[in-house]
Amino acid sequence: MMSDRTIAVLSGKGGTGKTFISVNLACAAAPATYIDCDAEEPNGHLFFQPAIKTREAVNVPVPRVDPAKCIECRQCVDFCAYHALAWTGRELLVFDEMCHGCGGCAMLCPAQALKETERAIGRVQTGEAQGVQVLSGFLNPGEATGVPVIKQLLNTGHPGGRVIIDCPPGSSCMVSESIQDADYCVLVAEPTRFGAHNLAMVHELARLYNKPCGVVLNKALPGDDPSRQYCQAHGLPILAEIAFEAQLGKLTSNGMIAVKEDPRYRALFERLLERIDQEACHAAVGHS
Amino acid sequence: MRQLVILSGKGGTGKTTLASALISLSRTRAYADCDVDAPNLHLIGADYTRQEDASYYGLPLAVIDPDKCAACGACEQACRFDAVIQGSPYRINPYACEGCKVCGLVCPAQAIAMKPHQAGTMTLYYGEGAVFSTARLKMGSGTSGLLVSQVKNRLEHAAGEYTGFAVIDGSPGIGCPVIATLSGAHAALLVAEPSLSGLSDLERIIETARGFGVMIAVCVNKADINPEITDRIKAYCQREGLLFAGAIPYDPLAVQAVNQGRTIVDLDCPSGKAAKEIYRKIMPLLESV
Repeated sequence: MMSDRTIAVLSGKGGTGKTFISVNLACAAAPATYIDCDAEEPNGHLFFQPAIKTREAVNVPVPRVDPAKCIECRQCVDFCAYHALAWTGRELLVFDEMCHGCGGCAMLCPAQALKETERAIGRVQTGEAQGVQVLSGFLNPGEATGVPVIKQLLNTGHPGGRVIIDCPPGSSCMVSESIQDADYCVLVAEPTRFGAHNLAMVHELARLYNKPCGVVLNKALPGDDPSRQYCQAHGLPILAEIAFEAQLGKLTSNGMIAVKEDPRYRALFERLLERIDQEACHAAVGHS
Repeated sequence: MRQLVILSGKGGTGKTTLASALISLSRTRAYADCDVDAPNLHLIGADYTRQEDASYYGLPLAVIDPDKCAACGACEQACRFDAVIQGSPYRINPYACEGCKVCGLVCPAQAIAMKPHQAGTMTLYYGEGAVFSTARLKMGSGTSGLLVSQVKNRLEHAAGEYTGFAVIDGSPGIGCPVIATLSGAHAALLVAEPSLSGLSDLERIIETARGFGVMIAVCVNKADINPEITDRIKAYCQREGLLFAGAIPYDPLAVQAVNQGRTIVDLDCPSGKAAKEIYRKIMPLLESV
C-alpha cells in the first residue's frame, strides 16, 4: 500500500549513517522525496547527483544604518540581545553574523535611521534523480545558524508522496525544526558507548515531541552492543540491523547507493520501509 | 594556554576517539568537550575524583503574563521566529523563542517579561592532576555557541597558571558551536573520512577554519576503507599547503577500546599506533605556533 508518511532520520551522534539510511530508504520508496536538512554538511546530493531544477538563495534580514539620519541615541545598541550593533564613539557598526534578524532595532529607531536589507546565508536546491525529488539546503561557511535554511527548505514545495528527512546531528533546535512535521522518527545508532549515549539523547527528543520512533542498528559488529542494550532496556523497537561490511563501506564512500547496486540491500530497505509503516500505523491507532 | 581543537565537518569521523588518545599521550592537564549537542568525551579515560556542576543560562526568553494579555496578536505579528502560540491568552513556545525582546516592545498591555531560562548544564571534572570542562545542552535548545564559549572560559579559569596546551574536542558541522570552538584556538586537527561526503565536508571545515588564522593539520581515519579517496585527501592537502598528519586504519579494536571506556593508545592496536605517529608529527609544530 502506498503511504504518504513523512519519516525523519536522526541520530544525535554524527557519522552513524543517517545519510546512508535516508538515501537508500528514499531510493527504495521511489517515487519519493528526499530532504537533506543537514545544511552545515549536506551530502545527500553527492549520492543522487540530481539534475538541478531550482536554486534559490536563503536570505535573512539585516539592518543598514543611514549615518545622516542617526541621532546617536544608541537605543538599538542597548536593545540588541545578540550584540550585533556597536557604537564606536563615531559610527554605528553592524556585525552581520551576530544578527538574528529580529527586526527590533529598525522598529525601535526614533530617527528611522535603520532599514532592513536582505543578506544571503545559503541556498536551497531542488532536483530529481530516478524518481526521487532531491531537496537540499546549504549553509555558507562562516555563517552561524542553518535554521533559516532548514525553514525555507521545509517550506519548499514538492510533489508529496513519501518524504524522507535527513536530519542534522545533535539534539538542538535545528533537529527539532527538522522533525516538526514527521510522522515517524528513525533513530540510527552505532554499536558503541558513544552511539548509545547519543541514542538516548535523540530518543528523549523524539519523546519530547511525541513522535513514535524505532531504531536502526548500523555498522553492527559481533560482541557487545551498548545501543542494542539501550533499545532492550527502553522497549524501543529495533527496525533493522545492518552489519559492518567493508564492501558496503567502500561503495557508500564512493557515493554509490547500495539499494541500486546490490539486491540484498534493496530487499533489506524494502523490509525496513514495511516495518516503519507497520510501526507508524500502530502508533497512529494507539494515539487516536 | 595553547589550544589544539579537533574538528571534522562531517560527524562520526573519530574526533572524540582521537582527542582522547591525544589527551592520554600528551598528559595535558586541561581539556574540554565542546560538542555540547552530543558530548561523549566524558565516557572515556580518567577517573575523576571531584566534579563541579553549574547551570547554563542562555538568553532570557519571553513569558506572557496570562492575566495581562489582551490577546491582541501584536506579538505574534512581530515575532520573526514563529514563537508565539495563538490563543487566549497567547503563549510563547520556549523552543522557538530566540530572546530578541521584540514581542515585549510591541505589547500594548506590557504583558511580556523576559525570564532567565536554563538551557544546559556545565561540568568541571577534576582528577589525575587534570581538569576537564564539558557541558550538555538541554534538548531542543538553541544558542549553543555561547555555551561553547563558556565551556572554554571555565577550562581556562580552572586551569589557572597552567601555560601548557589544552586539547579541545569539537562538534561536527561548521555553524556557531564550531565557530565558538575555533575562536581563540592555535591549531586545528581535522579528522577526515575517506569518502566523497568526508571530502566535501573537509573542504567546508577548512574554509571555515581559515577565517580564524589557525594552523591546520589533517588526518584521515579508517583510511583503508577507501585508499583512493585517502590519496585524494593527501594530494588536496599538499595542493592547499596543509600539513597531512597521518592515516589511521579501520580497526575493530578501536570500537572495543571505546566500549571499555579506554583510549586507543591504551591498547596494542593498529589505530593506537597510528594515533601515536600523528601525535609525534603535530606536537613539535604546535609548540612553534
